[in-house]
Amino acid sequence: MSAPAVRRPEPKRPEPAAELSATERRAEKARGRIGVGLIVPGFVYLLLFFAAPVFVLLAMSLYAKPPGAETGVFVPAFEISNYAVALSQYWEPLVRSFLFAGIATVLALLIGYTMAYLVAVRLRQHKLLASILLVILIAPFFSSFVLRTQAWKQILADEGFVVEALRFVAILPEDGRLTATSIAVVAGLTYNFLPFMTLPIYASLERLDTRLLEAAGDLYASPMTAFRRVTLPLSMPGVFAGTLLTFIPASGDYINAAILGNNRDTSMIGQVIDSRFFQIVDYPMAAALSTVLMVVILILVMLYIRKFGTKELF
Amino acid sequence: MSTEATTTAATDQQDGGAVVPGASGGADLVIEHVSKRFAAFTAVDDLSLTIPSGSFFALLGPSGCGKSTTLRMVAGLEQPSEGRLRIGDEDVTDLPSHRRPVNTVFQSYALFPHMSVLDNVAFGLKQRKVRDAVARAKEALELVELGHLAGRRPAQLSGGQQQRVALARAVVNKPQVLLLDEPLGALDMKLRRQMQVELKQIQTELGLTFVHVTHDQEEAMTMADVVAVMNEGRIEQMGAPRELYELPRTAFVANFLGKSNLMHGTVVGREGDYLLVEAAGGVQRLRTDRAVAHDGAVVLGVRPEKMRIFTSGEETVPAGHNRLDGTIIDASFTGVSTEYLVDVPGVGTVGTFTQNMGQATGRAGDPAVMCWDPDFTFGLAGDDDVAAGAAERDA
Repeated sequence: MSAPAVRRPEPKRPEPAAELSATERRAEKARGRIGVGLIVPGFVYLLLFFAAPVFVLLAMSLYAKPPGAETGVFVPAFEISNYAVALSQYWEPLVRSFLFAGIATVLALLIGYTMAYLVAVRLRQHKLLASILLVILIAPFFSSFVLRTQAWKQILADEGFVVEALRFVAILPEDGRLTATSIAVVAGLTYNFLPFMTLPIYASLERLDTRLLEAAGDLYASPMTAFRRVTLPLSMPGVFAGTLLTFIPASGDYINAAILGNNRDTSMIGQVIDSRFFQIVDYPMAAALSTVLMVVILILVMLYIRKFGTKELF
Repeated sequence: MSTEATTTAATDQQDGGAVVPGASGGADLVIEHVSKRFAAFTAVDDLSLTIPSGSFFALLGPSGCGKSTTLRMVAGLEQPSEGRLRIGDEDVTDLPSHRRPVNTVFQSYALFPHMSVLDNVAFGLKQRKVRDAVARAKEALELVELGHLAGRRPAQLSGGQQQRVALARAVVNKPQVLLLDEPLGALDMKLRRQMQVELKQIQTELGLTFVHVTHDQEEAMTMADVVAVMNEGRIEQMGAPRELYELPRTAFVANFLGKSNLMHGTVVGREGDYLLVEAAGGVQRLRTDRAVAHDGAVVLGVRPEKMRIFTSGEETVPAGHNRLDGTIIDASFTGVSTEYLVDVPGVGTVGTFTQNMGQATGRAGDPAVMCWDPDFTFGLAGDDDVAAGAAERDA
């Protein structure tokens, strides 16, 4: 291809805005004051209900138990060793929490993306069907989280039809069970956090301009390639939000592990914190574990954002 | 009916020499008896046409006439209900869009928002695993003079620039047929004119077959070698722009492609090469070879600029000219010319204009005489709707 003959003048840029008049400057200032005024309530709220509790938590994690004191009595100190104990004693449930949360996030991503894609892209022309599926997707939100997990315990119980059916087709051995296993805990996490994964992805895919897929097809991309090169990258904001909304609460969750797990090899860090606080009444240890959990999540999320999140998508 | 229309079109093409000699780089696009039905609605009705390789072909018609659907079927984005599509020697009817040697410039541009301008242009080449994809994409961007914006995202470009990226993204693949779906529809008038010239230049330079869908008759006429006027899923008439304009064969074409003054009449005799037609209170002459119907009721037509209007009562109508007498309803002086609307009994409102040669301007209420060389008269079928296409033209 050779260069064309004519060179066209660059399009004119819009004129720069004229200098602000005095009245406009005053209005501008007034707007600034209103802005500050609007920020204050939110700022105070954050200070009271986020910054202060976190400070209290951090302080508590360094308290010490005076020798010979009663259960539940601690004094302010700078007991760094609380963290050493916490990590050496409870590294196992801590690692397991992130492992379970990670697996549950991946599973929820696979299931959630498929569902969101089906509703938002494939069934876009069938408004009614898409709406019904969306309602079904959100409906579980209307009943309690704990209740739903209890229900799963019933469904997956040793005498339940699921286990019996699985035993019958020999997927499970004769004495095999589902409750009180890691599989049940991960399945519970996946199930319970699925809407948090699906809805952001749905929101992303719903905005996808399907004409872009036609354009990709027109430019020799097979449907599979068009998905990989166009649909998937354009839904990344949803995937990103969904994975964070799933992974973060799932790693701190203890309901699923408590109801669907056992006390030996499925306990998660949330369960440990719960028992430190309310049963053993070891506040500094519970606070130290909470802090570790928070910091690790923060580091993991930051790594994740650095790896995938900084790319400007538009 | 549809078969008739297409047959007429085919004949026109042969007679009028509308077939453009094929340049290298393109392939003939053959559409054979293609129909497309959506539930109860027939968008394209038994359409047959051959678009010769290397030509700039325009499908012109009002919205909803089936032109975009035709284009989408060629692109593989819609499946025809009936009929076959061939490009060169290959039957592409059953090929999915990504296997067809065609590329499209979409009305919405459909640029990938998450990719740079350069990646957008290189997309097709990369899919086909062309070796120097990036270098060639850069070349294509130079062709549309956007080389300096290669790193930008589409959203950072103006409408006109996006349009050019869309064009570069399609032509860089050197498709056998390039489809343009109202590509200039979103641009303002000035940019539109400029892009029309550029598109034509690029087409001439690359020698590709361009199929351009538009509802803008001026755009179609200035750019295309061959124009097919579509209406209600069928081709009304096809030919070179000049031929379509000078000799429309249906009232729809006469009204949609430029303006026409149409009047009902009856053939009353013959005189040499002319038919004598009684219309508007007099006998008008019409060349036999310019008439669709040769006896009984006919519709006479003449383009406004072919008429002369006399308002002073002093001029004499040249011998042998067709003549209409009426009363001026409205005269608007535009500087270069004066445009007249004249009420002619038995015909209705006739429009014409005169170039400003210093003569006096007639006023509303004045009597006027209009005349024209009978060779400019065209004859349509007597049952044609004289208003067809006029509303669509002004839409």
